[in-house]
Amino acid sequence: MTPLLEITNLNVRFDTADGTVEAVKNASLVIRESECLGVVGESGSGKSQLFLAAFGLVAANGKVSGSVRYRGEEILGASPKQLNGLRGGAVTMIFQDPLTSLTPHMRVGDQIIEALTIHRRVPRAEARGQARAILDYVRIPESARRMRQYPHELSGGMRQRVMIAMATITGPDLIIADEPTTALDVTVQAQILEILRALKTDRKTAIAMISHDMGVIAGLADRVQVMRDGEIVESGTADDVFYAPKDSYTRMLLAAIPKASEPPPPVTAVGAPLLTVDDLKVTFPVKSGLFAKTQKLRAVDGVSFVLHQGETLGVVGESGCGKSTLARAVLKLAPQTGGRVVWLGRDLDAATQSDLRALREDFQIVFQDPLASLDPRMPVGQSIAEPLKALEPGLSRESVREKVRSSMARVGLDPSWINRYPHELSGGQNQRVGLARAMIVGPKMLVCDEAVSALDVTIQAQIVELIRTLQAETGLSLIFISHDLSVVRRLSHRVMVLYLGRVVELAPAAALYGDPRHPYTRALLSAVLTPDPRVERAKKRELLTGDLPSPLDPKAQLTFLKSRLNTPDYRPRLDEVTPGHFVAEHD
Amino acid sequence: MIATGQTLKSSEEIMGRSLWADARHRLLKNRAAVAGMIILGLVALLAVLAPLLSPFAYDEVNYDIIACAPSWWPVEAACRAPGHIFGTDAVGRDLFVRVLFGARVSLAVGLVATLVSLLIGVLYGATAGYLGGRIDGLMMRIVDVLYSLPFIFFVIILMVIFDRNFILLFVAIGAVEWLTMARIVRGQTLSIKQKEFIEAARAGGVSPFGIILRHVIPNVVGPVMVYVTLTVPGVILTESFLSFLGLGIQEPLTSWGVLISDGADQMETAPWMLLFPALFMAVTLFCFNFIGDGLRDALDPKDR
Amino acid sequence: MIGYALRRLLGAIPTLFVIVTLAFFMMRAAPGGPFDSQRKLTPEVERNIKAAYDLDKPLAQQYLIYLGKVVHGDLGPSYKNKDFTVVQLIATGLPVSARLGLCAMALALLLGTFLGVNAALKQNRWEDYSVMTVAMLGITIPTFVTAPILTLLLGIYAGWLPVGGWNGGALANMILPVTVLALPQTAVVARLMRGSMIEVLRTNYIRTARAKGLPTHRIVLGHALRAAALPLVSYVGPALAAVLTGSLVVEEIFGLPGIGRYFVQGALNRDYTLVLGVVICYAALIIVLNFLADIAYGILDPRVRLT
Repeated sequence: MTPLLEITNLNVRFDTADGTVEAVKNASLVIRESECLGVVGESGSGKSQLFLAAFGLVAANGKVSGSVRYRGEEILGASPKQLNGLRGGAVTMIFQDPLTSLTPHMRVGDQIIEALTIHRRVPRAEARGQARAILDYVRIPESARRMRQYPHELSGGMRQRVMIAMATITGPDLIIADEPTTALDVTVQAQILEILRALKTDRKTAIAMISHDMGVIAGLADRVQVMRDGEIVESGTADDVFYAPKDSYTRMLLAAIPKASEPPPPVTAVGAPLLTVDDLKVTFPVKSGLFAKTQKLRAVDGVSFVLHQGETLGVVGESGCGKSTLARAVLKLAPQTGGRVVWLGRDLDAATQSDLRALREDFQIVFQDPLASLDPRMPVGQSIAEPLKALEPGLSRESVREKVRSSMARVGLDPSWINRYPHELSGGQNQRVGLARAMIVGPKMLVCDEAVSALDVTIQAQIVELIRTLQAETGLSLIFISHDLSVVRRLSHRVMVLYLGRVVELAPAAALYGDPRHPYTRALLSAVLTPDPRVERAKKRELLTGDLPSPLDPKAQLTFLKSRLNTPDYRPRLDEVTPGHFVAEHD
Repeated sequence: MIATGQTLKSSEEIMGRSLWADARHRLLKNRAAVAGMIILGLVALLAVLAPLLSPFAYDEVNYDIIACAPSWWPVEAACRAPGHIFGTDAVGRDLFVRVLFGARVSLAVGLVATLVSLLIGVLYGATAGYLGGRIDGLMMRIVDVLYSLPFIFFVIILMVIFDRNFILLFVAIGAVEWLTMARIVRGQTLSIKQKEFIEAARAGGVSPFGIILRHVIPNVVGPVMVYVTLTVPGVILTESFLSFLGLGIQEPLTSWGVLISDGADQMETAPWMLLFPALFMAVTLFCFNFIGDGLRDALDPKDR
Repeated sequence: MIGYALRRLLGAIPTLFVIVTLAFFMMRAAPGGPFDSQRKLTPEVERNIKAAYDLDKPLAQQYLIYLGKVVHGDLGPSYKNKDFTVVQLIATGLPVSARLGLCAMALALLLGTFLGVNAALKQNRWEDYSVMTVAMLGITIPTFVTAPILTLLLGIYAGWLPVGGWNGGALANMILPVTVLALPQTAVVARLMRGSMIEVLRTNYIRTARAKGLPTHRIVLGHALRAAALPLVSYVGPALAAVLTGSLVVEEIFGLPGIGRYFVQGALNRDYTLVLGVVICYAALIIVLNFLADIAYGILDPRVRLT
C-alpha cells in the first residue's frame, strides 16, 4: 500500500549573509495512513524545516532538493496551485505559538471556515455549522460566541484548540504538528495531547508530531525518528527507540531526562533559617476598560515559607501563579504590598536603599533567557564583573580580573573567553555566564528563575548538575523556580506548589511526589510526561477541565473549594496534614 | 570538565567580535552606503575648500556677463562666460563658487539643526522613557499633539517675527525635527528598560545612574545614529523650502535652496542656474539616505 | 469602539486650543504692527484704529476677546484687505486648496500603496529596485524643482497642459499641481508600505495562511494588507501636514488662488488676523483628518479598541 507521505533524500540549504547553512541533510522518512510519526530533536536539528520544505513553506532564501511523494505523486517543485490544493485540505499544519500564528484582525470563526470554503467549496452557512461542531469536538464551550471573537481574546490553550479545529475541519489525511504544546502550560498541554490522541483513534488521521520533548512523543507516537544537526540519526518503532536505542545521541537524549526513579536529595541536616517570608503579598493595579477602572491583580496573595541554609526549595506552578513575582519581591526587585521578608533576622522592609545594596552580596538571581539577561554590547567578562565592581568598589582591576577568571572556571567556562560577546556563545554557555555572574560575589542564597527552561534537554542536565555541585561546594541555599516538575525533583529538598498567588501544597520532595494531597498537585503530577511509551499509554490521567482562570477573577481562588463559593473573599487555609506537609483546603 | 577554583595563568585571551564590529563589517559591504560616504566626503571637502577653488569671490558682481552659460555648454545659449565652470547667475556672479558656498551653508544648517533636534529629542525621549508611567504618558501626548501640527507654519511666523535671523533659522528648523527623534529615543529606552539584563544589573547592585550610563545609552545609540543621518536631508530640504518662499537665507549669503529658487525662475533661459545647485543638493541628499539606510541595515539586519 | 472614538475626540480639542494660543502669541510678539509699513498716521488716527481693532488693550485680554470671537465663528477682519473679513477670504481660497490637497492625498495614498505592496511582493527584483529608486528621487527633490521641470516639459515643450492658473478648477489645470504636490508623499507612502508589507509577510500568521493553501491574492488582500496598512494610517496626519505645507509652494508657482498664498502674504505683511485664521483653518482640517484616521485604525486593528 502506498504510504501517505514519502520523503527521500531531502536537502534544505539556506543562503545567509554569513554563509550557507545546511538545515536538513539527506533526510528520508515515511508516514503511513493513520499512523503517528514522532520526530524528535533539539534546537537546530532541522525537524521543523524538514516538513516546511516538504510542503513548499521555506523562506525565500532556502533551496530544497530531493523527493517528496504524497500518495505516490511527486510534490517537490510542484506548482503553487497544486501545492495550495494539497495544503490546508488533505495536509494541514499546527504551529507552536498560537498567538502569533493566528491572524490578529480576523475573527476566529472566519479563520476556521476559510480553508473549508476555499478547498471544499462549502457555502458559508454550512461551513459555520461545521465549525461549531468541530469547536465542540475540541472542547471549546460556547462555540457560537467564541467564533465571533478575535485571537487575542482567547487564552493560550483555547487558541491552540482553535488551531487544531482549523486543521481538522477539512478532514485531512495528515496533520503536521510542529511543537504544538511547547508554549503551553503543563496541564493545558495534557488536554491538547488528549485531543490529538482522540484525532488519531476517532478520525484515523495520520499525525507527524514534531517536538524536542521525548515525553510528548512517548505518549503519542507509533514510530519515532531522531534528528540531529539536520540528519536523521535513528528511526524505528516507539518501543525500539525508547527501550533499545541504537544511536549514541539517542541514548544521550534519553539519559538526560530527569527520571522519576531517581530519588530527590534527602532532607538531611539543614542549617539555621536564612530567609523567612511571612504572608507576602504583591498586588499590581491593572487598567482595563474605557475610563480606567483599575482592578487589582493579586500576583502574590499571601505566601509564607522558611528557607534554611544549604537547602533547596523548589517552587512550581503554571502561568499566573506568581512564582516569578514572588522571587523578585523576595529579592526586593519588585515592590511588595504586604507581609514581611526577614533575611538573617533583619526585616528587609526597614532597610534603606544603601543597606539593600550592601545586602545584595548575599542573594543573587539567575534568569530564564540566557541571552536576554546579558547586555549584548558588553563582553561576558564585563558582565560577570559587574556585581563585583558595584558591591566591592575597592578592588583593584587585577584582582577583579582574577576573580572573574576563577568564577568562569568554576562554572566550566574557558577563562580565555573573557572578551567574547554573548551572541558568540551558545545558550548553555551564556547560562553559565549568568551563573558565574551570580556566584562571583559569594552569595548565601541563589534564586534560579526558570534557569534551565530555555535550554535543550542535554544542556539542561549539565546545568542542573553544575548547580548541584556549586551547592555542595559552597553550602548555598537555593530557591529553584520552574514549571517543570521533573527538573525540580532533581534538586529540591522541599517543594512548594503555587496556584494563582497562593500556596496549595508545601512538603518535602519525597512526600510531595509520593503522596500528593491537593487536586491541583495531582493534576500537575499526572500531566508530567515520562519518556516511557508503555507507561504513557497505560496512564490514567487526571485532567483539569478548561483553562487556567484569570488571576483577575476574584472567585478563581475557590476553584478547588467550590463549596465556599458563596463567600467569594474566603481564602483556603493551609493545613499541616502530616509534620512538614502543608496542604490547602480543598473539596 | 568543571575546573576547581585555582588561579589560572592568563592564557591567550580571545578577543570577541563585538556587535559594533559586526555592524561596521556589514556597513562596509554595502556598496551604496560606501559610495555615499565617499561622495559626501568629497562634497564636504569642496565646501570647506571653496574660496581656494575659484578665482572669483562669491559675491563678485559683474554686469557684463549676466546669466551666461559656461563655455562648454552643449546647447545654444544667449551668451557664454569663459572661465566660469558653471556659468554665471542673474547678476554675473560665478555660479561654481556660489554653489560651493551654498554647500557650506546648507551642510552647516543640516548639521547644526540636526544637532539641535538631537539634543532636544534625546533629552526629552530618554527622560520620558526612563521615568515611565504617567509622566511618560503625558510627555508623549504632548508629542502626539505637536506631531500633527504643520510646524512649518510656526517656523515661518518665527522667521517673520525675528526678521530672518540666521541663528534662529538653525534653531527653528531643529525644533521642527525633534519630535520623531524623541519618539525613537523614548521607544528604545522603554524597550531596553524592560530587558532582563537591566534587571540583572539591578540585582547586581548597580546604581540607577550606572545603569543608564553603561547599559541604556550604548544600546540606544544605534537607532539614534540611523535617524540622525536620515534627519539631515530633511533639514536641508526644509531650509531650501524656506529660502524659496523668501524666508530663509538672505543675500549676499547663499544656500542651495536660494540658488535653486533663483534658478527655477530663470529655467527657460538659463537652465544651468537650476541644474548645478539642484544636482549637488540631490546627490548630497541621496548620499545621506544611502548611508542612513546602510546604517539601519548594518545595525539591525532583517533581510535574512 | 464608541468609547475609543470619544476618547480620541476629547484629545483633539486641546490640540486646537494649543495651536490657536501659540499662533496668537507668536504673532503678537512680533515687533511692529499691521500698520507700520503704511504712511505715517497722526497719533489721533492711530489711537482710534488701535481701539477699533482692540490693539490698545492688554495682551491677555486681546487673547480672550479673540478666543470668544473664534468660538462664534468670527475670525475678524483682515488687517490688510480691509474690505474683507478673514472668513470671507478663507471661503474663497479654501475650496481651491482643499480640492488640491485632498486630490494629492488621495493620489499619494492609492498610488503609493499600490507601488509599495508590489515592491514588497517582488522583493529584491527589478520591480522593487525601480520603485524604490524613483521613491528616493521623489523624496529628495523638492517640489519647487519638480514643478518648474514638469511645467517645462509638459507645459511648454510638449504643450499638453496649461502652465498655470486655476481656471475654475478645470481638470487640465489640476493635473500638474496635484501631481507635483503628491509626488513626495507618494514616495514616502510607497517606502512605508513596502517596509510594512515585508514585515507582515514574514509573520507566523502569514505562514499559517500559506499552510492553509490559500491563494496569494487572498493572503494579501484578506490577511496581509490590513495589518500592513496600520503604520500607514498612523502616517496620514503627518502626510496631510506635509501636503498642506507643500501647497504653499505649489500655489505660488502655479498661481492658484488658494489659502496658502494668503498665508504667505499675510505672514510677510503681518496681517495678524488673516494668518491666525488660516492657521486655525489648517489645524481644523488636520485634526478632523487625524480623528478619522484614528477611527480607521480602530477598525483595522481590533486589539486597540478594547483598551
